[in-house]
Amino acid sequence: MERIIFYALALIMIASALASVMSRRMLRSVIYLLFVLCGVAGVYFMMDYNFLGAIQLTIYAGGIIVLIIFSVLLVHHIEMRMEIAKTSKLLFTGLACALGMAVFLSVIYSYEFEVTGQSSGTEVIDIGEKLLDYGEGGFILPFEVISVLLLAAMVGAIVIAKGTALAENKNENT
Amino acid sequence: MIEGISIYELLTVSTILFFIGVYGFITRKNLISVLISVELILNGAAVNFVVINKYLYPEVLQGMIFSIFIIAVAAAETALAISIIINLYRKISSVEVKEVETMKN
Amino acid sequence: MNYTAIILIPLIPLAVFLVLGLFNRKIGPGVSGLVGVGGMLVSTLLSFYTAFEYFMVLGKVSGAYPTLVESTVWMNFTETLRIDMGVLIDPISVMMLIVVSTISLMVHIYSRGYMKGDEGYTKFFSFLSLFTFSMYGLVLATNLFQIYIFWELVGVSSYLLIGYYYTKESAVAAAKKAFIVTRFADLGFLIGILLIGYYTGTYDFETLNNPEGATLTHWAPASFMGLSVLTWGLILIFIGGAGKSAMFPLHIWLPDAMEGPTPVSALIHAATMVVAGVFLVARLFPMYFFVEEGFALQIVAFVGAFSALFAAVIALTQTDIKRVLAYSTMSQLGYMMLALGVSGYEGSQGLGYMSSMFHLFTHAMFKALLFLCAGSVIHAVHSNYLKDMGQLRKYMPITHLSFLVAALAIAGIPPFAGFWSKDEILVAVYQQNTFLYVVGIFVAGLTALYIFRIYFGIFWGKDNTYEHRPAESPASMTVPLIVLAVLSATVGFIPFSEFISPDRAGFDAHIDIPMAITAVAVALIGIGIAWMLYKKESGLATRLTDRLGVLYTWAHRKFYMDEVYLFVTKNILFKGIAAGAAWADRKIVDGTMNLIGNSTVLFSKKIKGMQSGRVQDYAMAFVSGTVILALLFIYLWTS
Repeated sequence: MERIIFYALALIMIASALASVMSRRMLRSVIYLLFVLCGVAGVYFMMDYNFLGAIQLTIYAGGIIVLIIFSVLLVHHIEMRMEIAKTSKLLFTGLACALGMAVFLSVIYSYEFEVTGQSSGTEVIDIGEKLLDYGEGGFILPFEVISVLLLAAMVGAIVIAKGTALAENKNENT
Repeated sequence: MIEGISIYELLTVSTILFFIGVYGFITRKNLISVLISVELILNGAAVNFVVINKYLYPEVLQGMIFSIFIIAVAAAETALAISIIINLYRKISSVEVKEVETMKN
Repeated sequence: MNYTAIILIPLIPLAVFLVLGLFNRKIGPGVSGLVGVGGMLVSTLLSFYTAFEYFMVLGKVSGAYPTLVESTVWMNFTETLRIDMGVLIDPISVMMLIVVSTISLMVHIYSRGYMKGDEGYTKFFSFLSLFTFSMYGLVLATNLFQIYIFWELVGVSSYLLIGYYYTKESAVAAAKKAFIVTRFADLGFLIGILLIGYYTGTYDFETLNNPEGATLTHWAPASFMGLSVLTWGLILIFIGGAGKSAMFPLHIWLPDAMEGPTPVSALIHAATMVVAGVFLVARLFPMYFFVEEGFALQIVAFVGAFSALFAAVIALTQTDIKRVLAYSTMSQLGYMMLALGVSGYEGSQGLGYMSSMFHLFTHAMFKALLFLCAGSVIHAVHSNYLKDMGQLRKYMPITHLSFLVAALAIAGIPPFAGFWSKDEILVAVYQQNTFLYVVGIFVAGLTALYIFRIYFGIFWGKDNTYEHRPAESPASMTVPLIVLAVLSATVGFIPFSEFISPDRAGFDAHIDIPMAITAVAVALIGIGIAWMLYKKESGLATRLTDRLGVLYTWAHRKFYMDEVYLFVTKNILFKGIAAGAAWADRKIVDGTMNLIGNSTVLFSKKIKGMQSGRVQDYAMAFVSGTVILALLFIYLWTS
């Protein structure tokens, strides 16, 4: 049963990803990306990482995709088709990526992973304690850093998006 | 750990996602499409982290917490990229990569 | 010896040059004149102090004046072949210090009056100081390379000063001519230096000139076209000296150099720089004498004699008084070369060497005086030409008397300075070669004739009507005239042979009465002819020139030397050789360069797409590179 669900998810993810990078319509490409993200969330759920899957869904599928859709709608006509690169370039890039993929996969398959088999679900409380733990193996410092980073990114996004308007207002005031 | 699914299959899927993202990053001519490709790359990497964590070291949470960080960074990056793209669009009415070859315009 | 004082002698003019040159615009004329004269005065006093120390206090060491060297290593080529910078003190360099400092001081003082009101007053003084510095460096040089460096510096300052009136086209042309001709000669000098440096392994004068040293006892290490390479080196060095000293056929720049201000002509083109060639031969005299039994020295003698005669004939016919003096200078320099050329080495055999230096010394005094008087006259009548002068003795008594003293000195009338030195030269030549002696005595007569021709032409002759009544020059100009006149009248009594001789030991020279009487008689005949022809305006001179016809025209046109040079350079060098070289340069050299350049441009155009500025292209390169590296590592690890 889980095998079938996983293969279905994998198929959906790969197909949507390909469609997403090949579609000539911007909005469709974003929607395909949404499918990929949902698939990834599904994989997380299957691995019993419920919290991670929830985050994947809310932040990625809920936040980022909405942001991208907004920007697409702001800068594009929905029906406009994007131009695509030269065929030679497409072919060459595809070749390089296929080669790289082959290298990666060959490395992965030639390595003997020591799978422990023991499996336990992860509670949200564990994650929270780990994040706020300042002892050994705790993540309090990266957690703080990432929060500062998010704050900085937020401020930066606002400043960049409103940059000229703010400057103009200032000029008018003086 | 998913019943009946080996680590190899999961890693294969994440590798394929990653390289599709790379392919898109190189070939697409539109900044938003490039951004989408970057999301694909990030997702591939995040899945890798989670899978390794789950299959090899299930008693710790490192990989998972890294994935959370990746999601956070991706969110920040997207917000910034979108603001830049919109600002750029206001200035040059275009979001094509070739229009922003030079840093000053 | 006090080396600090000696080193200060050249450094003071250098400092003056730097100060005046750098703050050219900020220093007023009054200050710059005072700074120049003051610096020169200190330098002159130091020179005299050095001379006193060297000749009187230090004196002879074991029967000969020593050579004192104080130097630091500047460049090392091999263990023995190196270039030093320093000062070399021996009798002739001390004598040259006296000459340069005295004349330079007089010219500095004189220039304060002569250049008054000129726009480039400060610039002029800075150039003068540069020249003085270079000349000091030249005479104090310890080795061939140092002398070459200062030799070129002297050439540059001469160029700057000839072209001082750079708005005048003829001055610019003259400056270029002087520079190019002397540069051309200096090429010979440089090759000579390199030859000698290569075959003897040293540039040092002391080592080269040591009569017991390896250079002079083994002078035939290799031969070329039947002569020792050292002889070739010496001949080439003499070509350099001939260029500076205006020997035939490299003399053509000297008359044109008269375009410069007259004080410059007096300092550079009469008294100091032009004798550098003579000084150079004298500096290397032991080499010239011992290498190949003095073959190179004979060339020096004949070139000198011919130049003396050639220039004296031309001087007779020129109407520009400065040009007459220029040719006269050339003629006297020929005398000096001639005397050097016939000199021996030991004891009283060295009479020629001594008399050459003596004549250099006296000539500097009276020729500078002649030029300064000419400058004074030109200052008064605003013309260089004899036809605009006449009866000036009534207006300019001091100038007139000074000129007379100088003219008597150059003509060789006792007891004026020229008599003593010229007499010694004639004696020395007579002992060696009767033919050259005849040339010498004939030139002595011509000298008297041409100098009194312009003397009578300027100060007697026809009664010109002047628009502005000529007046005596100001004191700043007449004081140097008086000083130099006194010197011209008296320096002949210095017992020169005591101080200067090739072997440094000194000997007793005395007047050879019959020779002296002959020389004086010839000079008096010359003066007499000048008296008859030019004292009063008469048709006699014109009729004579008409009678001489072609001969006169040839001499007047300077034997067409300029035209010969023009023909050689224009038709043969420019049209023949240079045109071919230009073609090769354009087509072959430039062609090769263009090919390289164009192919580079083409290639870069082809590959510049790689630097597109597109982040995606870089990503592509990054991915490809990563894949290739990964493949490489896999290959290396698995195999």
